[in-house]
Amino acid sequence: MGSTLAQKVWEQHVVRRADGEPDLLYIDLHLIHEVTSPQAFDGLRLAGRSIRRPDLTVATEDHNVPTTPGPISDPVSRTQVDTLRTNCAEFGVRLFPMGDAEQGIVHIIGPQLGLTQPGMTVVCGDSHTSTHGAFGALSFGIGTSEVEHVLATQTLPLNPFKTMAINIDGELPDGVTSKDIILAVIAKIGTGGGQGYVLEYRGSAVRNMSMEARMTMCNMSIEAGARAGMVAPDQTTFDYLKGREHAPTGADWDAAVEAWSQLQTDDDAVFDEEVHLDASRLTPFVTWGTNPGQGLPLSANVPDPEEFSGENEKAAAQRAIDYMGLTPGTPLRDITVDTVFLGSCTNGRIEDLRAAAEVIKGRKVADGVRMLVVPGSAKVRLQAESEGLDRVFADAGAEWRLAGCSMCLGMNPDQLAVGERSASTSNRNFEGRQGKGGRTHLVSPLVAAATAVRGTLSSPADLTPSA
Amino acid sequence: MEKFTQHTGVGVPLRRSNVDTDQIIPAVYLKRVTRTGFEDGLFAAWRGDETFVLNNPAFASGSVLVAGPDFGTGSSREHAVWALMDYGFRVVLSSRFADIFRGNSGKAGLLAAQLRQEDIELLWKLLENEPGMQITVDLEQRTVTAGEHVFGFQVDDYIRWRLLEGLDDISLTLRHADDITNFEAARPSWKPTTQTA
Repeated sequence: MGSTLAQKVWEQHVVRRADGEPDLLYIDLHLIHEVTSPQAFDGLRLAGRSIRRPDLTVATEDHNVPTTPGPISDPVSRTQVDTLRTNCAEFGVRLFPMGDAEQGIVHIIGPQLGLTQPGMTVVCGDSHTSTHGAFGALSFGIGTSEVEHVLATQTLPLNPFKTMAINIDGELPDGVTSKDIILAVIAKIGTGGGQGYVLEYRGSAVRNMSMEARMTMCNMSIEAGARAGMVAPDQTTFDYLKGREHAPTGADWDAAVEAWSQLQTDDDAVFDEEVHLDASRLTPFVTWGTNPGQGLPLSANVPDPEEFSGENEKAAAQRAIDYMGLTPGTPLRDITVDTVFLGSCTNGRIEDLRAAAEVIKGRKVADGVRMLVVPGSAKVRLQAESEGLDRVFADAGAEWRLAGCSMCLGMNPDQLAVGERSASTSNRNFEGRQGKGGRTHLVSPLVAAATAVRGTLSSPADLTPSA
Repeated sequence: MEKFTQHTGVGVPLRRSNVDTDQIIPAVYLKRVTRTGFEDGLFAAWRGDETFVLNNPAFASGSVLVAGPDFGTGSSREHAVWALMDYGFRVVLSSRFADIFRGNSGKAGLLAAQLRQEDIELLWKLLENEPGMQITVDLEQRTVTAGEHVFGFQVDDYIRWRLLEGLDDISLTLRHADDITNFEAARPSWKPTTQTA
């Protein structure tokens, strides 16, 4: 029997295998940020340990950073960032601080630098590390104890994951994106459906996607409970990587492409689970509740908790509807928002900004709606500015910001107030995620832009032609 | 890490599913650079609600949390485990845990024990009928005892062994430093490094 992509990458990284113990897996790239690393560095210091491979480790400042110019005003946030700087200097880790041309959200900068490559193992103390799986890397989020373990040993003891194929065939209709696909997948299999699995996204719709669209999809694998999501590398992957700062060159490039080309699931491999989705039947998807699995097509209505099976499910739906301040039966399109957030490691890349700008160009953000546009990295911001996208957003009345995680989790000042409602291109609609008492609807960049213009959840098809 | 063999303490019924780590500790409480002091952030949004279970004095000193399915989903923040432990919890019982949370628990010394959902529901009823009731969790026997009821639970063998022995993962791995060195010698030379090209 053949192997799946995930199994191949796993096998290539087994340092040690022994009965009754987890495999010891080698880690090719370790990404670090200020929130989940300080206690790990402290642990090293206490034990008198050093970092085994600082040359396979890289750090950035993203979670706490303000997206308006100037220093960090919150002293606690500033201490966390200062601590990262001290730790990186002491232990010899390359750091991209605020203001650096390469600074940005950790999952945006890895691919941008060409550090994320097919067949690698990539970890970070952040659950959205699943993003890097778009390159055919096995990449997953870890806790702080594991961060310390990787710093000290460049390995992790792990039990093998099961594998699940997510087959997505057919052509995506206009106005439907990989964000809509992944929201539909999570609604289908549930927030726990992927637990214990690596998801492999396959099928013609995936083959036709850009790298950035694949990253959006892999990014949210964790929202289905899966540690990792993967896409087998192909010409699209190689074209994206070629010429990037850390991509191989010359004879090394040829050797790498030959190795990467082997990273396909074998025809006779068997997945532990398979899911099928017809891309041609998908429409824009939005969430109505307080977990990413509580989503529906934009054309649907707020559901009635009584329609759910089981007492626990009914209660969970009722709780979500109460928290969100919604009434069952209301068309989702009639829900008005106060804030639109375009950004995050899910949808803060240049293609996301281009797509939203295309919708908003020549239009205005609705009265009473605040729209924040936060590029995922300093490089994305500069690229957007060179294309004039900053002007498009500013002319429409949106706020053009500096790079960071921003309102995705509201560790910096970008937060929702109590009761405020957002349409957000980020990844989590948990209670209070974007600010205490805030209400979040997850959407694609296209829906975000159209919603900003109409003031209610909308797709570009709902807009009257612009002048 | 402290050894864990058996624990007896007040059981706390948390009748909610999908308790994500943003609920266990919101992001604004993650800014400390120390490993302790996170108890004030535990369930911060819910603690303001007087009907929340931990606001009932009978449960306030709880150390065994009995939670609904899909506990610990979402963010990888180990602070969620630290917040639970800083508050005084030593055990979480649920019918399904998120992978990262379960791993983090094992590293930090919090026991995440998996029970059948029907057993969780029975425990909820027992605890609600008798607030302040003590539960005993025996890791060696893999049992939870509440009054006359005894339930079995599942836990990963390796995590169980490490908890019982109180072993630190890093020292275990460093016993195999030669294997790591040998692996590194065979890695393809074109694999990237983070240093300036």
